[in-house]
Amino acid sequence: MEMYDLSLIWAVIIAFGVIMYVLMDGFDLGLGILFPFAPDEDARDVMMNSVAPVWDGNETWLVLGGAGLIAAFPLVYTILLPALYLGVFLMLAGLIFRGVAFEFRFKSKRTRGWWNAAFAGGSFVAAFAQGCVVGAYIQGFETADRVYTGGAFDWLTPFSVLTGIGLVVGYTLLGATWLVLKSEGHVREWARGLIPGLLIGVLAIFVIVSLWTPWIDPGVFDRWFDHLQVIWLLPFAALLCAAGIYLATRRRREGLAFLLTLGLFIFTYLGLLVSRWPYVIPPDYTLWDAASAPESQFFILIGVLFVVPIVLTYTAWSYWVFRGKVRVGEGYH
Amino acid sequence: MALDPILLSRLQFAFVVSFHAIFPVFTIGLASYVAVLQGLYVATGNAVWDRLGLFWTKIFAVVFGMGVVSGIVMAFQFGTNWSNFSQFASNFIGPMLSYEVITAFFLEAGFLGVLLFGRHRVSPSVHFFAALMVAIGTFISAFWILATNSWMQTPQGYEIREGVLHVTSWLEAMFTPSFPYRFAHMALAAFLTGGFVVCGVSAWFLLRRRDVEAHKRALSMTMWLLLILAPLQAFVGDEHGLNTLEHQPMKVAAMEGNWETQSNVPLLLFALPDRELQANRFEIGIPNGASLILRHDVDGVVPGLKEIPVDQQQPVWIVFYSFRVMVALGLLMIAFAVTGLVLRRGGRLYTSRWFLHGLQGMSLAPFIAVLAGWFVTEIGRSPWLVYNVLSYADAVTPSLTGGMVLATLIGYVAVYAVIFWAGIYYLFKVVRQGLDDLGADEEVHDVDRPMRPLSATHVPFDGTTASSRS
Repeated sequence: MEMYDLSLIWAVIIAFGVIMYVLMDGFDLGLGILFPFAPDEDARDVMMNSVAPVWDGNETWLVLGGAGLIAAFPLVYTILLPALYLGVFLMLAGLIFRGVAFEFRFKSKRTRGWWNAAFAGGSFVAAFAQGCVVGAYIQGFETADRVYTGGAFDWLTPFSVLTGIGLVVGYTLLGATWLVLKSEGHVREWARGLIPGLLIGVLAIFVIVSLWTPWIDPGVFDRWFDHLQVIWLLPFAALLCAAGIYLATRRRREGLAFLLTLGLFIFTYLGLLVSRWPYVIPPDYTLWDAASAPESQFFILIGVLFVVPIVLTYTAWSYWVFRGKVRVGEGYH
Repeated sequence: MALDPILLSRLQFAFVVSFHAIFPVFTIGLASYVAVLQGLYVATGNAVWDRLGLFWTKIFAVVFGMGVVSGIVMAFQFGTNWSNFSQFASNFIGPMLSYEVITAFFLEAGFLGVLLFGRHRVSPSVHFFAALMVAIGTFISAFWILATNSWMQTPQGYEIREGVLHVTSWLEAMFTPSFPYRFAHMALAAFLTGGFVVCGVSAWFLLRRRDVEAHKRALSMTMWLLLILAPLQAFVGDEHGLNTLEHQPMKVAAMEGNWETQSNVPLLLFALPDRELQANRFEIGIPNGASLILRHDVDGVVPGLKEIPVDQQQPVWIVFYSFRVMVALGLLMIAFAVTGLVLRRGGRLYTSRWFLHGLQGMSLAPFIAVLAGWFVTEIGRSPWLVYNVLSYADAVTPSLTGGMVLATLIGYVAVYAVIFWAGIYYLFKVVRQGLDDLGADEEVHDVDRPMRPLSATHVPFDGTTASSRS
């Protein structure tokens, strides 16, 4: 056990789980946000059908992340959750509503409008709350003696609202490129038309957040303006992805546009990670401060190493099975 | 009075976990029943078992889905409201809860899909195997949760270094003295829950003369099962109580409404416990009863609540009455099981209308008994979150204010009210549709369908179903 840095292994596992969640639940949350703006009910059917087979698999990463945190980095769990108390509630309520809406919308006719609203509202609230969490995380948390000491609304600041909106727009872009990939006819054309506007929105917020972030904390400033120039490749790569999305959409390279949107998210995510590395609870605690006992990390690592490959295989398999376009009036019911 | 974040957090946890718990308790019992039905189908080749299996699998799917949705919140409660507990005990509870999640994923990713959607795509034997693995999986899930809870009741296998708990022996920590009793008691409770729901639903169909042959079989086999399990549960419950007397005597004192540590303690049937008076204001009991049950001797000494300071005593009346509700319902279950045997011998098991009506009502009994039982064991442990180690006051999130908890408590009540209403409403629809329309044709369209619990049913959420003719 002593030969390996278990905390580091766990940091990689959880960072991987988080980005898996963001990428995978991101596009189905994005579809939910687009839901009220869809041209007609047929389009909504297609939108939901395109993610219905996979969305709950997507959300398993969130639960795995939550459970993994308390096992491997309990301090993160016990400071972040109290600090984000109301935000966490909003996110959970949103996720529950949209999850149930997924199931019952297809089985209802008279009450369909309500389930549409629950799906859209739940998706929006969950996405916004997650975006605020990102902002709150960059800002750091007020702690004393390993306990959160801040207030109930510390997570809600102009900066975190901006990141909240940023994630909403980002998820929506992800949802739109996904929908272009998975649909045809008028649904695809509608989604395609949204991409340039969403891309501009994402870029605008990306630039503001990027310029704002180094000034939040001297530690972040040093990280970006000290000797580690190589990290400037990350925002640069993200911008390249954004340009690529625009070009790929114009040339109707649907798969490429979606993959580049995933890339945009990944590089932005990595940029955020390096801003604060190795602090998992900025500004005071590193991942080693936050770790649980090595024997506990090891005990659960065995189970995770056994199950995660199975979950990944299963996930890949379900995406493979449901590959291709979703047509109006087809598939899920 | 200022809002107390500790009390509100306890209320919120109790609310969320109560609403969540009724689903897994049901699914654990039902999963085993489905496995039995599919096993009977493989063994006999009689299609009626397969039809019943399909019907109950659909109900299982809805309840499982509700359990998953309501359970998401649980994974976060430990951090949002009980962060000091999480920080103190995470070296143990972290891996335990994670293993539960991992077990559930494994189950969901593999065998549940085969059980729900593979009926016409794999052989009956493989399908039965999937059902069996799902049933075993639900027990493994329950194992992690109950082992964690039992550790909180009777902690061992740990040491505290610098205010943080470290596990010294995983085996000792996972298999604490109260664990085998709690697990057996809960497993039987799950079977009784599944059993009484199956009986109630079968009775509903028999009263309406729908699919009589199939539901007769379901009722018959389940009544035999209940005849064994209901009395067995009384025995196991008694053993569990004796174990509690050994390790958590004050919980038993509250259950019995006993204030003085003394001999010849009566078994109270009714009483008005009063904490300020430190006595019962009124009581009716069987002389020496409690001494006899707990010590097997009329002169046996039973611990009394006065052994601990007043401010450490539990809300005695909740524990006292919850215990009585649970026991009364348990006795009622035994009575129904025995009555079923009497009616069966007279050949009237499937026709006695009052009995069938009674069984319908009894579907609710196990749920109430389970919740009452959890109230006994959880509130009976107060003021300790980890018995004699960590109190509620030391466990709660320090930054919480009463207003914050009140806001989320109201929020969760609202969210769960909607979810619960929709779920139960839909469940009734599925039940009402019955076995009629559950043809193979429905699953022909199932090729490459998503593997999610609720998509295993096609019953419309609103509007009328063709087959509901009640």
